[in-house]
Amino acid sequence: MNEKYNNKKDLSNISGGIKTPDTGYLNKIDKTEDKNQTMKDLFNSLEKINNFKRFNFLSKLNFKQAKNNIIKKIKSLRKESRTAERAWKMVELSRNENRPKTIDYINDIFSDFIELSGDRLSSDDKSITAGIGKINGKTVVVIGHNKGKDIKERIKYNFGSSDPSGYRKSLRIMELANMFNFPVITFIDTPGANPAIEAEDNGQAGAIAKNIEFMFNLKVPLIVVLIGEGGSGGALALAVGNYIMMLENATYSVISPEGCAAILWKDQSLTKQAALMLKLTARDLLSLKVIDKIIHEPFGGAQNEPSRMIRIVKSHLLTALSQFENVSGEDLKKKRAEKYEVLGFYKK
Amino acid sequence: MADFKCEACNKMLNLEIFLKNFKVCHYCGHHYMLDAKTRVSYLVDEFTFNEIAANIKPIDFLNFVDIKPYKDRIIESQQNTGISEAMITGCARIGGYEVNLGVMDFRFMGGSMGSVAGEKVRQITDLAISNRFPLILVCASGGARMQEGIISLMQMAKTVSAINKVKENKIPYISVITNPTTGGVSASFASIADIIIAEPEALFCFAGPRVVKQTIKKELPLDFGLSERNLKNGQIDMIIARKDLKSIITKLLKLFSDR
Repeated sequence: MNEKYNNKKDLSNISGGIKTPDTGYLNKIDKTEDKNQTMKDLFNSLEKINNFKRFNFLSKLNFKQAKNNIIKKIKSLRKESRTAERAWKMVELSRNENRPKTIDYINDIFSDFIELSGDRLSSDDKSITAGIGKINGKTVVVIGHNKGKDIKERIKYNFGSSDPSGYRKSLRIMELANMFNFPVITFIDTPGANPAIEAEDNGQAGAIAKNIEFMFNLKVPLIVVLIGEGGSGGALALAVGNYIMMLENATYSVISPEGCAAILWKDQSLTKQAALMLKLTARDLLSLKVIDKIIHEPFGGAQNEPSRMIRIVKSHLLTALSQFENVSGEDLKKKRAEKYEVLGFYKK
Repeated sequence: MADFKCEACNKMLNLEIFLKNFKVCHYCGHHYMLDAKTRVSYLVDEFTFNEIAANIKPIDFLNFVDIKPYKDRIIESQQNTGISEAMITGCARIGGYEVNLGVMDFRFMGGSMGSVAGEKVRQITDLAISNRFPLILVCASGGARMQEGIISLMQMAKTVSAINKVKENKIPYISVITNPTTGGVSASFASIADIIIAEPEALFCFAGPRVVKQTIKKELPLDFGLSERNLKNGQIDMIIARKDLKSIITKLLKLFSDR
């Protein structure tokens, strides 16, 4: 970021340490909130330009352009930090403990829900809940990440971070859906796959890849709802859908802003900047065509009116399901592949 | 010829012997990272590699700026590596057998997978489906390219979809895991191959050792994520030293061609 605003340097060299009381328009801009160095430098340059006016031999020069440039830069930096703040706020909202969680949606939307457990290979991963239930009289398979509301629940669900057995459980139940022609609905809310030795030993990468692969072979509709945090591969492992909906304050990203700041900037304090750069908000993702629909949340966020949020999601689910009612399995599969095939930007 | 110290065992290596030994230390067997072009030259019959999709180049569509703008990183990597992206694809012959080949280059932004790598995989799979020759992808990647945001995550889906079509057409697909293959590449096309071959001591995992260590706050086993541990855990088919790679792949190609 710093390099973009570097041309202040040449000005600072000529200033010669003259003090001046004349700050004029500087007062119009509130300085208090600006703590970072680039901003300070810009303000310094602005003051130095003012100082030049004191020299008679410079009076014929016109500093207007230089001044305007600096003000423009200050404004754009401000705007950037405001949008970064907004993006970060959304990250925090998406992780809010009081937002309705997968289990709340399951309990309130689906009748006769029966939970199914286990990957039939090694264990049952509690970080993913899966089962069969009914929506509007139609049987569907529901799979979603669990995060839990309090610390006890969170530990039980491992904070929504799944092991390979979680993805394999989902795979097994998606196979069941495919066999009996049940549409699949997934709820995404995970910080990402569980980074642990056992998870790696058990084939985390392969388990995620296999899930993605199977979703491309599903011959039933797959509707994805991003309800909270969409963390990287762990989210994608349940999210290759025909129709992808995202709550207004949910996020979906290739890496957490914290991780991104640590790796690219090598500085955790730039997490907000990373959140901005990653383009992880619903609106960004809609414009990139990664999602198909934004579901608006009650004022201030889903946590304020959970039951209303769930009703809104239900109505959207019903509309989404009805879209695919008469589409053949082969077409569903083909359309899903086509949807992902076109994602990507490059020049030829 | 110049001598230099092995980065793994610190013994003095003779450059000439080192190069003859496919850039493997002849004392400790440490496999050095290879750039894509050297890898191709080690793997395919001489003068048989025809690159495709070379004109596809990365762009900075998000205006991503970290310490450096992504735009500058692209140009810098292109100048340093002499290739336009972290993957080159093309047709070649290996031991006389026609194949479709893709090779990743770790030097180019850590071999990270962005839109271009995704599109190159898609095009080489399309080619494989039309010419019906086996597909070989040599992986070397830190994962998805963060500078392309969510679109880099979507390349995982895109590449898996492409491989899925190869499999539907019953075309053999071999992936070669080289050091390192982690993150988005390991959790997509690298680990759904019909045959997975790894080089010795190649890191092959989803979450890298640094992330895991930070999370669990414990020392990791020395072989964490390495080929040897993956073989023991049943995640890969075999570990093959670089000097034998071509002959093993040739044998496999023969077996698959005599269907």
